[in-house]
Amino acid sequence: MKFLSRCYIGLIFLLLYVPILVLIVFSFNESGSLAEFSGFSFMWYEELFNDEEALSSLMNSLILAVSSSVIATVIGTFGALGLHRMRSKYVKGAVNTVTNIPMMNPDIVTGVSMMLLFVAVAAIVKSQSFFGFGTMLIAHVTFNLPYVLLSVMPRFKGLDKSLSEAAQDLGCTPARAFFMVELPEIVPGIISGLMLGFTMSLDDFVISHFVSSPDFQTLPLYVYNQTAHNVKFSMYALSALIVVVILVILLVVNFAGSVGSRKASKKRR
Amino acid sequence: MKRFNFTKRIFSLVLAIFCVLPSLLLGLSGCGEALGSGETVTLYVYNWGEYMSDGSEGCLDANAAFEEWYFDTYGQKVKVNYSTFSSNESLYAKLSSGSVSYDVVVPSDYMIERLIAEGLLAPLNYDNISNIQNILPEFQNADYDPDKDGDGYNDYSVPYLYGMIGIIYNTTMVDEADIGSWELMWNETYAGNILQFNNSRDAFGTAQYYLGLDVNSDDEDDWRAALDKLKAQKPILQGYVMDEIYNKMENGSAGIAAYYAGDYLAMYENNPDLEFFYPKEGTNLYVDAMCIPKSSKNKEIAEAYIDFMLTETPAVANAEYTYYASPNRVVLENEEYIEYMGEIKDDAYEKMYNTDSVMTSSYENLSGDKLLLINELWEELKSDVTVSAGIYVICGVIVGIVAVCAVYLMIRKQRRRID
Amino acid sequence: MRKTSLFQKIAAAPHILWAILFIVAPMIFVLYFAFTDAEGKFALANIASLSQYGNVFVLSIAFALIATAICLVIGYPLAYFMSRQSPRAQKILMVLVMLPMWCNLLIRTYALMALLDNGGLLNALLEKLGLHKVSIVGTNFGVILGMVYDFLPYMVLPIFTAMTKLDKRYIEASHDLGCNGWQTMTRVIMPLTVSGVISGITMVFVPSISTFYISQKLGAGKIDLVGDTIERLFQNPSTYNVGAAISLVMMLLIIISVRIMNHFSDDERESGHGKSGKGGGIVP
Repeated sequence: MKFLSRCYIGLIFLLLYVPILVLIVFSFNESGSLAEFSGFSFMWYEELFNDEEALSSLMNSLILAVSSSVIATVIGTFGALGLHRMRSKYVKGAVNTVTNIPMMNPDIVTGVSMMLLFVAVAAIVKSQSFFGFGTMLIAHVTFNLPYVLLSVMPRFKGLDKSLSEAAQDLGCTPARAFFMVELPEIVPGIISGLMLGFTMSLDDFVISHFVSSPDFQTLPLYVYNQTAHNVKFSMYALSALIVVVILVILLVVNFAGSVGSRKASKKRR
Repeated sequence: MKRFNFTKRIFSLVLAIFCVLPSLLLGLSGCGEALGSGETVTLYVYNWGEYMSDGSEGCLDANAAFEEWYFDTYGQKVKVNYSTFSSNESLYAKLSSGSVSYDVVVPSDYMIERLIAEGLLAPLNYDNISNIQNILPEFQNADYDPDKDGDGYNDYSVPYLYGMIGIIYNTTMVDEADIGSWELMWNETYAGNILQFNNSRDAFGTAQYYLGLDVNSDDEDDWRAALDKLKAQKPILQGYVMDEIYNKMENGSAGIAAYYAGDYLAMYENNPDLEFFYPKEGTNLYVDAMCIPKSSKNKEIAEAYIDFMLTETPAVANAEYTYYASPNRVVLENEEYIEYMGEIKDDAYEKMYNTDSVMTSSYENLSGDKLLLINELWEELKSDVTVSAGIYVICGVIVGIVAVCAVYLMIRKQRRRID
Repeated sequence: MRKTSLFQKIAAAPHILWAILFIVAPMIFVLYFAFTDAEGKFALANIASLSQYGNVFVLSIAFALIATAICLVIGYPLAYFMSRQSPRAQKILMVLVMLPMWCNLLIRTYALMALLDNGGLLNALLEKLGLHKVSIVGTNFGVILGMVYDFLPYMVLPIFTAMTKLDKRYIEASHDLGCNGWQTMTRVIMPLTVSGVISGITMVFVPSISTFYISQKLGAGKIDLVGDTIERLFQNPSTYNVGAAISLVMMLLIIISVRIMNHFSDDERESGHGKSGKGGGIVP
């Protein structure tokens, strides 16, 4: 039984990984064909690192992911604080539901809805170069918000209210009490929200597809344009690199990270 | 109603501030394009995919060459932002939406006619494009862009490259007896191996040429007849694709495809099994030309860009890179170019230039209601999907199982409540 | 109870403002476009023209349903077997499940297409072995395969999480009480992992029904799903209105189906089914 179950696991993972492995192996293929391996070569990697477009889209992706996740985290953390303190259950529920819309909706609907908004605004202010970094940033912050709320809100719920009250009794202003007493407690939630937002933003294609302009191309958009045209074989090299980088990150987070934060992760779920 | 409009305005103003603010803050805004010599000006060029020499495999990087040339000549740093589209219609959508502005675009003839009619293009100032005399006279005063101001040149466009549509086929998969006609695209022997254009005008064109109809017909019935033909073709197609065709034809995933002549040579280079012919019923002749949209913020630099592309080095490089036919005299007189074409394929030069025997016609801009009609018919073709009985059965089984599980869960819940 | 201070009152203001401007307003624009014509006048023509897309909707729902069912059938045993491995092996397997999830979907889909295409590696191998070639790209099977391949990890992860949370003593108790393996499975493990299953179903169904890249690549542009239709209609300003109407219908369709599914989930309070599970695990 144990053997059979292991076979099953092995088989499914094999199927899951065959395309990715083929891509990685063939990124070293001299001829660039995906059907025949003619010789080992690093030439596609060389070409990739000389491809200005690919490098600048990587840069853009990073800029966008960092800025959008930071903005979303700041807004979302204060939002969670405000919501936590809010008396009216009705408003609280409404804000929560609304914030979760981008998470529940299919990406394509979120994308086109934001596009319609931007198109309408651009038409009214008669702007010619409306789409670009600004619209992308707004869209990314918007779909990051629910994830921030999702990771920060439970931290607030787990807070001991009397701590903040004690601080205020001792003469802290509410703002100071928040920064000195409560903030340190919710930091793990903030960090996980930040990381979640960062990765979601880095990975997003569908929403960006609708609100972008050629002015500001991210890595997924670059990949999309590549696969819609005559694919440069350096794209296989790019894909292989992405897979390896993600593997390393996952391994680091799951193994090295677990030593220190085992307690935290237990609390989380 | 008026009040609504007012609130709408206020509302969008707030939104606009929100949208513009971040880009201003980060200094990434395109507004501050004062022409100080120290600052870099960005020139937005929007061209077909795979349509300009890009520096790969040792060829000239035309955009970089322009940047360098412009700096040497005018002392102004220019950065070319080069992006690509895959159909005239998507170019039109981008231009007409007004959400993005470009400085140079390269639409095809009928789209240029439409853009002129809708006032989206700026007339060219040939004082800044002195190399226009390199363009052969038969390409001037074109039907799509007549010379109204009498200077002997097109008013809005400078021809870039031209060509014709033909059928590419894989000799290992297709019987030589079947070639020669558009019939091949409807031949059921090759079901699953045929690729059709994924843009409405070209796709309808294939059916219209096959049926012997006018591609610019005013008669709705003609268009409907073409639609019926395309619908009949759909089951034997592998798919509707544009530039994905390169990989699919090169690696033998598909055997038959209608595409642009120049691209055939590019594919042939990677797969010598591919052959090409112009169908006997006639085919489309197209000219792609460089234009400047009215919304361009750097018209003079854009004109310099067009001018530069007409000079020998970039013009030859682009013709060699794309394999499309060039309307440029200096290219045709270039020995090295003719030699190059001969090296690609014996009859490459003839295929591209000696085409007098081929019956051709060009697309023209259609009236507004015809454009809507084509759009509608295209939607009808694309949304014409059949849901086979097998799919219904499978879904029925799944829904059945889910329903049983749901009922079971409900009963369990109920029973627990009673307990 | 202390009075809420000004600071606490305005803390949520930016968040609420943002939500109104960029979540509520876009939704209103979708509604507005869905019920107006190109000139901005009220019209029901867009909704009426949806009948043309009836088959597209049916096909999308059918594909998503089939893909979800296959993912469940493959993924549930996988998650179960994974949860029976040693903790160390579990961790490695978990990383292996998450890796494809975090690789861009475009890359994975393209890799799959390149592998399965008529001239791809699979057919080259079949040919070398003297077997018949198979055409997968451009067929219904290809599109469903693409969905299963892309979204299987989204099914496995939540179920696996539910399995690991499951108290092992329940299983022991059921054995002690005389259950055989099958009975333990159906009476103890399955009911206790329903919430994970529901989560997984949502996370596979929603992206499957709205995808356009998978059908573009593995359907070769021939098999049009709702996502393709929306994407195409939004490339042309004159068809924004119909596109908005279709988006609206799809949104309602998904909200309704997610509601129905959540109804069967044991703990109703568990929020954020959506795509949130994707975040699970990467964050310490």
